Amino acid sequence: MTRHGFLVPMLRVGTPSFRRSASVAGGDAERRGQCVPTEDRGNEDKVAKFLNESKIMDTFIVNFTIFVLACFVGYEIITKIPPLLHTPLMSGSNAISGITLVGSLVAAGSGFVALISTDGLVSVLGFLAVLFATINVVGGFLVTDRMLSMFKKKD
Amino acid sequence: MDYLININPAYLNLAYVLAAVLFIIGLKGLCRPRTAVRGNILNATGMLIAVLATVPIMLREGYGPGKPLVSGFSTIGLVVAAVLIGSVIGVFFALKIRMTSMPQMVALLNGFGGGASVLVAGAEQLVKKKDLLEGNTVELNVSIAILASGLIGAVTFWGSLVAFAKLEEYKSFKKPFFYPGLKTINALLGIIAIVLFVWGVMHPESTAIYWALVLLASVLGLTLVNPIGGADMPVVIALLNSYSGLAAASTGFVLGNSVLIIAGALVGASGVILTQIMCKAMNRSMTNVLFGTMGPSASAPSADDVYGGKVKSTTADEVAMMLDGARRVVIVPGYGMAVAQAQHAVSELAEYLESKGVEVDFAVHPVAGRMPGHMNVLLAEADVPYDKLREMDEVNPTFSQTDVAIVIGANDVVNPVARTDPNSPIAGMPILDVDKARTVVIIKRSLSPGFAGIPNPLFAADNTLMYFSDGKKAILDLLTALKE
Repeated sequence: MTRHGFLVPMLRVGTPSFRRSASVAGGDAERRGQCVPTEDRGNEDKVAKFLNESKIMDTFIVNFTIFVLACFVGYEIITKIPPLLHTPLMSGSNAISGITLVGSLVAAGSGFVALISTDGLVSVLGFLAVLFATINVVGGFLVTDRMLSMFKKKD
Repeated sequence: MDYLININPAYLNLAYVLAAVLFIIGLKGLCRPRTAVRGNILNATGMLIAVLATVPIMLREGYGPGKPLVSGFSTIGLVVAAVLIGSVIGVFFALKIRMTSMPQMVALLNGFGGGASVLVAGAEQLVKKKDLLEGNTVELNVSIAILASGLIGAVTFWGSLVAFAKLEEYKSFKKPFFYPGLKTINALLGIIAIVLFVWGVMHPESTAIYWALVLLASVLGLTLVNPIGGADMPVVIALLNSYSGLAAASTGFVLGNSVLIIAGALVGASGVILTQIMCKAMNRSMTNVLFGTMGPSASAPSADDVYGGKVKSTTADEVAMMLDGARRVVIVPGYGMAVAQAQHAVSELAEYLESKGVEVDFAVHPVAGRMPGHMNVLLAEADVPYDKLREMDEVNPTFSQTDVAIVIGANDVVNPVARTDPNSPIAGMPILDVDKARTVVIIKRSLSPGFAGIPNPLFAADNTLMYFSDGKKAILDLLTALKE
């Protein structure tokens, strides 16, 4: 595959997701350069379904792109960290993995919607998740700081 | 509060980008000891920003148009309570833990991270079920990501707890627990997990399948880590660390949240790299560490053949006399130093020798101790300046100009068999070449073998003296003898 041929579909998948909407009709979509299957043109339901599916796929591709690029950044930085600091690196990166705290907070938030309507299980799970993740984050960063402040040069 | 809820999501996403940038700059700071403290603070700041940016999202979920006001307030109350309790527990752990127990601490914190992923995904599964009952559609990738978070999170949680128990040397976890057919059972569990996973993706409304998968992953976490021996824990912890990163990233895919994805990828990369470094330093493949058994091969010489009549024992006075005439001394610490809590005594010895004009260095093997970099942290705690802590490649060429090498609590990492016997279980493992020093003093309680279970011909070498004693007592006696 030529370089050009490889790049073009990538760009088309990656960028226009923000402009799309499930309610756009077939003709509209075609004007925006969307590839609606020929047999589905004019059938609004099918077009909407198609656009919705491709929007979901786009979100996934965007997220996946972020993931892959971040893996490379991580690899480049972390190979440069000396063995001297590998323990603080582990506890520090461990604390970063407590970023699930962000996810926990959203889950705890949606919990109370469920609590009022159906059951409290979601909020119990959310509460525990926030608790666990906070221990991970606070404990991790603090113990890393404690370790790192011990590393001193000869005076 | 209305202002917070109606805040433009674009600002929140920008805050997430800022948090991700801070994580990257912070990790970059960890490349040098001088900038490392600041790097860690930048990481923590990034986390704070990410959490604060999430508060409006959380409020919008719990309190919004058409939702009762009380729900928003009780959401905040619940979350604040959890954050406060979690912080107190975290601070308590971080301040109380002894540096020798750092591997246990990391294992435990890692477990909490994995556990949080399981719980978040569990909550999201219930929300998703409710959505489906209300007739909304749920995206396929959300279903996949929820199941992946649950699976990886549960393996991480239980695996970390087993690693913790092994590092604490709880009795029932001390021996690598291995029984015939374990591999078959694990393979079977793995296949069932895949089947459950696919089934769960096809039935996104089923909460039962999610929890069944979590249960199975929990069993898998136990059976995967339990057969692995204590000295291989550095690899296991590093690997579980990368899992907890992947669990965070897959939670990020569930919630469509970029900062979770980026942070998860960074942590995942860090864990994978550390795992690689550890495996390389043992000349073993990851498969061998995780699924192989470590033990003496049938052809290995017995301890009697190796040691018989050739081991010379020494005393504090004799070693002190030798150190008096030495110009260069290298100290080689191992896990035994941590067990004996001898790091402060060792540091005092090094300081005393330096004050007498002796050149003192520390030689740190990459897998010495129970986690990557364990020895460095212990010695830094005992006020050894970090420029004295030498890596293996840096220190090995200097052993031939070393008068005395003092090995304290290390065994397999100084075993010359790794260079000479291609059939030994540690064949090809890079070792510290202490046998090239003029005199080698080994501080050890007995001639018992290390983790590899093989005798060490270094103990019987012509230039080796065995100083049989508890590590801490040996160094303190040596100091007294030196000062007399």
